[in-house]
Amino acid sequence: MAAKSEDGAKISGLPFALGSLKLKIKQQELLIRVSALCLVYLLAFSIRLFSVLRYESMIHEFDPYFNYRTTLFLTENGFYEFWNWFDYESWYPLGRIVGGTLYPGLMVTAAIIYWTLRFLRFSAHIREVCVLTAPFFAANTTIVAYFFGKEVWDSGAGLVFAALVAICPGYISRSVAGSYDNEGVAIFALLFTFFLFVKAVNTGSLAWSLGAAFGYFYMVSAWGGYVFIINLIPLYVLVLLVTGRYSMRLYVAYNCMYILGMLLAMQIRFVGFQHVQSGEHMAALGVFFLMQMFYFLDWVKYMLNDAKLFQSFLKITVTLAVGVGALALGVGTASGYISPWTGRFYSLLDPTYAKDHIPIIASVSEHQPTAWSSFMFDFHILLLLFPAGLYFCFKRLTDATIFIVMYGLTSMYFAGVMVRLILVAAPAMCMLGAIAISATVKNLASVARSRSKSQPTSSGKGASHTKASLKASLDQSLPFQQNVAHALLLGAFYLLTRYAIHCTWVTSEAYSSPSIVLAARGAGGSRVIFDDYREAYFWLRQNTPPDAKVMSWWDYGYQITAMGNRTVIVDNNTWNNTHIATVGRAMSSYEDEAYEIMQSLDVSYVLVVFGGVTGYSSDDINKFLWMVRIGGGVFPVIKEPDYLVNGEYRVDKGAAPKMLNCLMYKLCYFRFGEMITEYGKPPGYDRARGAVIGNRNVTLEHLEEAYTTSNWIVRIYKVKPPSNRR
Amino acid sequence: MEERCGFRGLGRALEFGPLTQRLALPSLLVVSCLLSILVSSASHPEIRIVNAERRIDLTSSIVRAYLTLKVENIGSSDAVEVILAFSSTQGKSISLIKASVPEGKRKKKAYIPLVVKPTASSDTTDEPYLFSISLNNPLKPGLTTVLEVLLVQTHALTPFPAEIGQSETQLVYYHDSAFILSPYHILEQTTFIKTPSKRIESYSREEPTSIGAAEIKYGPYEDRVPYSVSPIIVHFENNNPFAVVEELTRIIEISHWGSVQVTEHYRLNHGGARHKGVFSRLEYQSRGPVSGGSSFRHLLVSLPPKVHSVYYRDAIGNISSSHLRGDQLKSELEIEPRYPLFGGWKASFVIGYKLPLHDFLFESPDGRRYLNFTFGCPMRETVVDHLTIKVVLPEGSKGPSVAVPFDVKQRIETTFSYLDVGGRPTVVLEKERVVPEHSVFFQVEYGFSPISMLAEPLMLVSAFFLVFVSWAVYLHADFSIRKS
Repeated sequence: MAAKSEDGAKISGLPFALGSLKLKIKQQELLIRVSALCLVYLLAFSIRLFSVLRYESMIHEFDPYFNYRTTLFLTENGFYEFWNWFDYESWYPLGRIVGGTLYPGLMVTAAIIYWTLRFLRFSAHIREVCVLTAPFFAANTTIVAYFFGKEVWDSGAGLVFAALVAICPGYISRSVAGSYDNEGVAIFALLFTFFLFVKAVNTGSLAWSLGAAFGYFYMVSAWGGYVFIINLIPLYVLVLLVTGRYSMRLYVAYNCMYILGMLLAMQIRFVGFQHVQSGEHMAALGVFFLMQMFYFLDWVKYMLNDAKLFQSFLKITVTLAVGVGALALGVGTASGYISPWTGRFYSLLDPTYAKDHIPIIASVSEHQPTAWSSFMFDFHILLLLFPAGLYFCFKRLTDATIFIVMYGLTSMYFAGVMVRLILVAAPAMCMLGAIAISATVKNLASVARSRSKSQPTSSGKGASHTKASLKASLDQSLPFQQNVAHALLLGAFYLLTRYAIHCTWVTSEAYSSPSIVLAARGAGGSRVIFDDYREAYFWLRQNTPPDAKVMSWWDYGYQITAMGNRTVIVDNNTWNNTHIATVGRAMSSYEDEAYEIMQSLDVSYVLVVFGGVTGYSSDDINKFLWMVRIGGGVFPVIKEPDYLVNGEYRVDKGAAPKMLNCLMYKLCYFRFGEMITEYGKPPGYDRARGAVIGNRNVTLEHLEEAYTTSNWIVRIYKVKPPSNRR
Repeated sequence: MEERCGFRGLGRALEFGPLTQRLALPSLLVVSCLLSILVSSASHPEIRIVNAERRIDLTSSIVRAYLTLKVENIGSSDAVEVILAFSSTQGKSISLIKASVPEGKRKKKAYIPLVVKPTASSDTTDEPYLFSISLNNPLKPGLTTVLEVLLVQTHALTPFPAEIGQSETQLVYYHDSAFILSPYHILEQTTFIKTPSKRIESYSREEPTSIGAAEIKYGPYEDRVPYSVSPIIVHFENNNPFAVVEELTRIIEISHWGSVQVTEHYRLNHGGARHKGVFSRLEYQSRGPVSGGSSFRHLLVSLPPKVHSVYYRDAIGNISSSHLRGDQLKSELEIEPRYPLFGGWKASFVIGYKLPLHDFLFESPDGRRYLNFTFGCPMRETVVDHLTIKVVLPEGSKGPSVAVPFDVKQRIETTFSYLDVGGRPTVVLEKERVVPEHSVFFQVEYGFSPISMLAEPLMLVSAFFLVFVSWAVYLHADFSIRKS
């Protein structure tokens, strides 16, 4: 409302201002604020385009390829077909109920953008829309950030927040152009929900709370990280209750948001009734009942008007409520109605859990605990500003700042547990950093400007001026105060510049490579491109029978289905551990044993990724131990020590005999023993491992080389029919 | 080496010879029976061919036959047309027939093109295909004239063996008749068959037959009655790229703002002997020319000069292996599919480029515009099985008409692009079996008033204007329920 009246003032005041060519202070401020926000918006969008400029407008990494494929399906076949889609091309022979096992928010968003553009007669390609969805939503996040900052602190902090979040590497890592993943829109949804909820708590308005419920719905539809919201908000409410900040506003905001948000979330098939059935969502339910009890007790207290009576009533009710709650939880858990916590959730609470129990989660690099260096890399000065921001928040405690403190502390913990959750912490870090910067710079600026007190000729600055001069007169006793303030301002300016430089550098160097196309520096400093992945996938797409089944490690599943358009045995949606373990077992068995497994799975082609020629280190040989572990987790025939020599993993002459003869080794090194990879090294020198391979005469009996890409990165083998049917 | 080859060739001929004869004989018998019927019903006794020379070029995947016929009118009336005949198997693969009459002597020799039309014939499969050449000047009785005929055939070479391994070379069959099939009496005729290399596995003999370096000579034969046939088979090595574009769609979009945007969708296939078994990258890399001799990597696309904004991509993204060279007269784009193409392997991709409008669009004095553009495929020595050309005219153009120097299927449709309301009229041309000889200019003429160019900018301007006006109205009006 305030913004609207200001805008109105600006528009109506414009003719006069044009007449005198002078804007009022307020108008000037508005103009600066709006243009700064526009610039931040553009900056957030354009800094994410490095990858498009360096490479091309393409989808990155692994999961985005699945999202792209489903979006394509959605735009071609419509929503109902999409919702009921049973995908025969993945998890052969099981298949996958796609509509019921994904978060459709991202695809629907991209499809709506696409349809809108088509309606407006912009003949954009769906790929372009998908590539630019993440930068677009990142840019929108800055707008939300501004209003959020304004709500929590002031408009200055809002602007700084917008600017910081626009280029924060932790966020950019997941939202560069082409990184078409759930997180791209989910961070926007997350921040938007938080903003609306804080607004609802601050105003007690049903409308904002309803908005928060819809924001939450969007978040649920977009990303599994919604569990963070549904646990953080009850925790926040609990903290407010404990600190005696319970109010009617909180009651309205929480109840409306929880009930409506829950009902809306149930519409997402993948989430279903989890809000009332899963252990991860029980905290919100408990807080909901607690809230009702609180309200009821409050009402009874008001009606009773007798402290002593109320005390005894309180005792009885609390005991009863706790008893009933515990009983319900116990019965629910025992009868299996309430599902226990999932492994992923456990691994968040206990970082060592996955390592011991779920190798498939532990095998993903983005699920590892975060190293200090990556904190520094992704947050830079925000890491220093975070405590300062906390300090300022504690200094000015309101409902909103408590929320920020809670958000900051919890997300910081999660960021420490898992690398990928740095993303969730990024907005909180930016927010606290923004508060710190904004508050400090404001104080320093007012000190620095206090000299203007002695120069009344400078234009009258109204209230702020008198306040500043008051403050200045109070601190008059400190010597060189202004010089110090100037120096500190310069220091802040320097820090922020370093931050901007660091962010741009990180984005350009680390987060803008599509990982499908590999680039390296050639001998003359020129750029050499290894496009082997697409070479192999396109070969599969064009030159294999349409019903061919491709077996590969699950990392490449999504890419093979999306780019190669062929059926895969396992893919990145790791829902069936046994199936993945079967593939792992096949890869780590001897050829004839593996052949039986492949026959039972109808495999017609096997695809392996091999970096021995180019020195590409994230290939299948380096991932092989995980295959052994995951395979061995289900099939005890596979034992990790069989592949190691004295606990050491090696591929040269000293390697374990089973290692030298397992399928993966054979497929990677078939005819590699005749290849000279590096000048002055014997043939069969593996550049990724820096060793001459131990088995240089690999022979294959049941498979034959069907295709190897130009740099040998992807090798495809055809499974021969049984010997009596050739 | 030669001995071994010869031996192998002999072995093959012995092994497969009877089979092919078995296949070829019945059909030829049927043909000759039918021919004898035809001779009686549709003979042309008033014309005879004094001398015929035929040179068949088998060096690429496209078969070209150059016929020089010396025709004499021995009847009593003027002859206005000359009939050419082709066997049914040959007829199906005919892509183009061109006939011309040489005029003038020596240095001033010029070829006057003649009209060639297929004569109406029944659809039964075994009848010969007849084409009539209309003579510009009727041939008076007793006079002779010389006709030059070019015959272009696609898919006329059959790979045999049909499947080969990576390091084997590609051998193909060529079927024809030692005598020129003709409804006329031929007094003297010779046929030369040129092969790409010296390596000829086997060839049929019809005395006198002689073999030279990469050339087989049949004839001269004298006094052959109409429709004489003597089937021959030549089995030889042909490692030239059998690049076949199964389907090519060229979209030529005209923008009166100064450019012609061309988008070409290719579906390329290696039409030679199918690849069998292993593909070994090691062999391919270390012994390139020997191993994978029948495969191809590079393709050369000839584009008009001043081409810009060229891209080369496929369904999964940009293909980063292409080079563009250009000068004032022409541009050449060398493209490389993602993988080398072996027999039977496919690759589909898109090439797009922009051209300056004033090089291709002209305005006639009556205000109508016409586009002058090349038909056919810009790729060198490539057969296109099915070519579709879509000329997308600007929105608001009227009455398009097409001038193409040969038969094509035509239709008009409407496409929608940026900011189109009524859609753009699109001329669609379709043709089967297109060869490089089809790359000639064709014209599309249409009416266009420059006012329509302003429609889209005006639409955008008014849309933005409306947005600002409605925002201003919203700010000035009070929509609140309560009175403040």
